[in-house]
Amino acid sequence: MIGFAGNRALAWLEGLGRIALLGVEVVCSLFSQRVNWRNLTYQLYFIGVKSQSVVLVTGAFTGMVLCAQTYFQFHKVKMDTATLAVVSVAMGSELGPVLTALMVAGRVGAAMAAELGTMRVTEQIDALRTLATHPVDYLVVPRLLATVTALPLLTAESIAVGILAAYAVGTTLLGIDHAYAWHNMLKYTQPQHVLMGVIKAVVFAAVLALISCYKGMHCREGAEGVGRATTEAVVYSSITILISNFFLTLFLTRLLGA
Amino acid sequence: MIEVRQLKKSFGSQRVLEGVDLRVQKGESVVIIGRSGGGKSILLKHLIGLLSPEEGDVLIEGESIARMSERPLLGVRRKFGMLFQGAALFDSLTVAENVGFALRREGKLTENEIAGKVGETLEMVDLGGTQDKKPAELSGGMRKRVGLARAIIYQPQIVLYDEPTTGLDPIVADSIDQLIVRIRERLAVTTVAVTHDMRSARRIGQRILMLHQGRIHFSGTPDEIFQSKDPVVYRFVNGISDPKESNF
Repeated sequence: MIGFAGNRALAWLEGLGRIALLGVEVVCSLFSQRVNWRNLTYQLYFIGVKSQSVVLVTGAFTGMVLCAQTYFQFHKVKMDTATLAVVSVAMGSELGPVLTALMVAGRVGAAMAAELGTMRVTEQIDALRTLATHPVDYLVVPRLLATVTALPLLTAESIAVGILAAYAVGTTLLGIDHAYAWHNMLKYTQPQHVLMGVIKAVVFAAVLALISCYKGMHCREGAEGVGRATTEAVVYSSITILISNFFLTLFLTRLLGA
Repeated sequence: MIEVRQLKKSFGSQRVLEGVDLRVQKGESVVIIGRSGGGKSILLKHLIGLLSPEEGDVLIEGESIARMSERPLLGVRRKFGMLFQGAALFDSLTVAENVGFALRREGKLTENEIAGKVGETLEMVDLGGTQDKKPAELSGGMRKRVGLARAIIYQPQIVLYDEPTTGLDPIVADSIDQLIVRIRERLAVTTVAVTHDMRSARRIGQRILMLHQGRIHFSGTPDEIFQSKDPVVYRFVNGISDPKESNF
């Protein structure tokens, strides 16, 4: 039992080390190699444009449900007009970045791992290497750059849509006075809250892209290997996003004074 | 040009290469034969640095690549072209983009010059006019030809073939063999192929090596190997299974 747990811990640490090495290789590549603009543009389109519907629905319904639930509780203590202030702070610093990153991990992370995994099992990654091309330069760097660029923008969009949807629900369906709601929201929401959300999105994007590319490029043979790599990419990315969010909140709150 | 010294490689507890020694001279055409799963493709991948050995060395023009890291290896690999067993075409790219991939990455030629070179190379492998097709639209034989065009467009000194005729009907297999010989003669390249197809080995190879139990068991001309009385070689060449062994 102890041996089994020890082996699992060692394997986990080894995986962590390899992802860190992949990160170092990406940084070296960024400073020493030309970026493949064609690949980068396609990845930006795939991650940024193709994720629109997912991000809009996630942002809007999260804002709406948060508004409704906050209102139901605040109404009991006659604090109805503070509802939107809570929604905007929560959407800006926590729910916007985390839920957007989780949704993008499910859509984009899975696609990255499946595509690179298929390339690995069909020897396309070996073919790249024989054509004097480093797989990190051609496959990982454009994906990581595109994710780090697109996810903060998607997060900002998700936060804005969430707050707007909450405002619409609060002032129309729930009957909150819109002048007080608006005033309180502006009073309690600081630029630091949104800045925290955007910084978190950059970190989540790097984590998501690195884990997904790593899982794809190191997947085992066959359809089962690709399937497992895809699942692991989404699960590990999601867990890492949730855990790192806690520490980022502690760190960024001190740093930004939010 | 290529020298392998006491190459050993294992996967888990299974030792695949037990100490392989071989030399390939410049311009020579060598075929490595052996049983399926006997380590032929593993050996081939060591020659181009796609795998690194546990023990032993691989020298390309006197330069050891066995323990070289990935970035310096990219420079060494410019001397090589490789045709993979399943062709390994990039399925998101067209035929023209696949064939011109290395030239485009190098960045020395204009798009028009690359298109011209791609056209010429596709003509050389009898696939002119297929530039805009995707790999999924091609037959097995056509995919191998495109893979070959991609491997030779930048005029490498050495071309490696991993099972070039596996999965093809005899007529297409013969045409691929003729193409390999034509490219060797026209581009004066060193050729190393691995196969278990004896007809193909005879057509392509000036020298045939047999890999058996992780070592080079036999080396000779095609005539010598076909006339050999060595029981291992004889059974393999004539396709006779050994009732005492598990043969799968």
